[in-house]
Amino acid sequence: MSTMLFAEALTSALREEMERNPKLILLGEDIGRSGGVFRITVGLQARFGAERVVDTPVAEAGIVGSAVGLCLSGLQPVCELQFDAFSYPALNQILTHVSRYRWRTQGKAPMPMVIRIPCGGGVRAPELHSDSPEAYFCHTPGLTVVSPSTPADAKGLLTSALRSPDPVVFFEPKKLYRHLRGEVPDGEHLVPFGKVRTAREGSDVTLIAWGAMMEIALAAAEALATEGVSSHVCDVRTLSPLDEEGLLQAARVTGRVVIIQESPRNCSVASELAALLAEHAMYDLKAPIKRVSGFDVPHPYYSIEHHQRPDCARVVDAVHRILEA
Amino acid sequence: MKPGNADPADASLPEGVDEALALELYRQMVFLRIFDERALVYHRHGRIGTWAISWGHEAIQVGAMLALKASDWAFPSYRENKLGLVRGMSPAHVLAGCRGHPQGWWDPHQWRLGAISIPVASHVPHAAGFAWGERLQGRDTVALSFFGDGATSQGEFHEGANMAGVMNAPLILLCTNNQWAISTPVHRQTRARTLADKAAGYGMLGVRVDGNDVLAVYQAVSQAAARARAGEGPTFIECLIYRAQAHAFPDDPSAYRDDTEAEQARREECVGRYANLLMRRGLLTEELAARYREEFLAKMADAIAEAEALPIPGPELAFAHAYERKTPALERDLSELQRIQAKQGTR
Repeated sequence: MSTMLFAEALTSALREEMERNPKLILLGEDIGRSGGVFRITVGLQARFGAERVVDTPVAEAGIVGSAVGLCLSGLQPVCELQFDAFSYPALNQILTHVSRYRWRTQGKAPMPMVIRIPCGGGVRAPELHSDSPEAYFCHTPGLTVVSPSTPADAKGLLTSALRSPDPVVFFEPKKLYRHLRGEVPDGEHLVPFGKVRTAREGSDVTLIAWGAMMEIALAAAEALATEGVSSHVCDVRTLSPLDEEGLLQAARVTGRVVIIQESPRNCSVASELAALLAEHAMYDLKAPIKRVSGFDVPHPYYSIEHHQRPDCARVVDAVHRILEA
Repeated sequence: MKPGNADPADASLPEGVDEALALELYRQMVFLRIFDERALVYHRHGRIGTWAISWGHEAIQVGAMLALKASDWAFPSYRENKLGLVRGMSPAHVLAGCRGHPQGWWDPHQWRLGAISIPVASHVPHAAGFAWGERLQGRDTVALSFFGDGATSQGEFHEGANMAGVMNAPLILLCTNNQWAISTPVHRQTRARTLADKAAGYGMLGVRVDGNDVLAVYQAVSQAAARARAGEGPTFIECLIYRAQAHAFPDDPSAYRDDTEAEQARREECVGRYANLLMRRGLLTEELAARYREEFLAKMADAIAEAEALPIPGPELAFAHAYERKTPALERDLSELQRIQAKQGTR
């Protein structure tokens, strides 16, 4: 085991897979000499050269669109989009081509690419630098959507993404990059897709979250423990396709579920999870499912963004309400 | 004002075009023309789905494709819906594609053709990335992207062209300027004097050719491919024609334009014009031209019969390729659907 920052775990996954697989090619804005705005690709251009770690023009659709062609030529591109909302200019490529190429060619032309997207707020960034746009991608068949919440998962899930035969949209909670440190297994470390992680075992309430919200879920579990409430905390990890069995099991442990997400609520991943549990675990539930989420407003500027991001108090309040139900 | 080989009396063949190739260009153009004519009829019968007509575009499509090597790739838009024919794809399979039948969803690697791109200009970055990737891997493949005048207004055209320029990708941007994007004339797409002028903004050579002249298109694409292979990067070729027909069905050009221009364009159309040239050179006779027509008409009759005889696949096909492996949820949904269909006797 080594102790690493969340950001370092991502860098090490990229470095090790690039050593292993000469077909991997990184492309994005400022990722070469400067190592990317979040320094995730730092040192990689020096090590692998400017033809494998490519500084591109400022063009998100061009980055993802040319990655489609790179896949057809036999390479495995890894695109870095600088910020969450900067994925919107690339949505056309992701939704109309990346997600569908395998399907429209009956499996003959898969798109083994990874699209890395720093996501979420809490870092005092300007507008459109703090969004949590995972639902757009989860709604699109053909994409695998993943978000890690620990350094070990950051490395293990990114390594799986880099070996995936299908396109992966990989959400990196930017709040965790340099804030979260943790143990990462030495050597090859893979975390399979489609498996939830039990972050804490408990018996009174199940908290379901992913990415940066796992920190909030665990803090709420600590606070609830001081009141004698035992929380079972489940990390979704793979947002699409979901580990339906794992989620149902987590819900059944306690029969009371609070889902926590940073993105707005309407038609979100939390909505899908709630529907899944209602459809398949209704008779195991002791109370209505609660969602604690961002509100249905644009992510606010930083002086008021703490109102938008779920915090410990809102989660504890939700748990109190379903315990009373 | 028509650049290129505008004088029909100039019957010389350009460098690199021998008599066999000259005739092959003609045969392919006739094949595409007849396919288009028949497809329109089949569409009106309700035997195939939406058909984007490319009557009059044959010189561009055939001239460009035959100027490429077999190992080069092309990236078609919906207007190049029958491009596979030039690569040897069976007409029955092309028609099957127009029937929404999976037999017509081709393997890009088998035919060296990207999948037909429906969103306008969105495949320009694919061609740029492909060309760039080939160069990175030490191969001398050239990529060619077909698109129309309307596509040059799209952001993804710009991003793809710019990326290709920066990466020095061996790419040919082949613009079919037929002067109409459905009902929007080219002067509502751009204030630029010509579309070829845009090339300068990407640091690449811009060329304008008469898109009714198959030899001019062949020559321009050959030269662009040679430059690309020599490491001189991308070229933008504007092929100038006039969309004498409707955009697709349903579309009624009389709602938005005077038919006089279209009438003129029909008189200048590429297949008849090229036939005249070949006849003057003694490479083609009326009899031979009639024989080709008969041959392709018979082929098309067989092809539609073959396409219509293909069994319609079950729902498994839709579920099979969304991901490399079906997810548990997809397995469940498919078996539910099959259970209901079995109950109803619809399968």
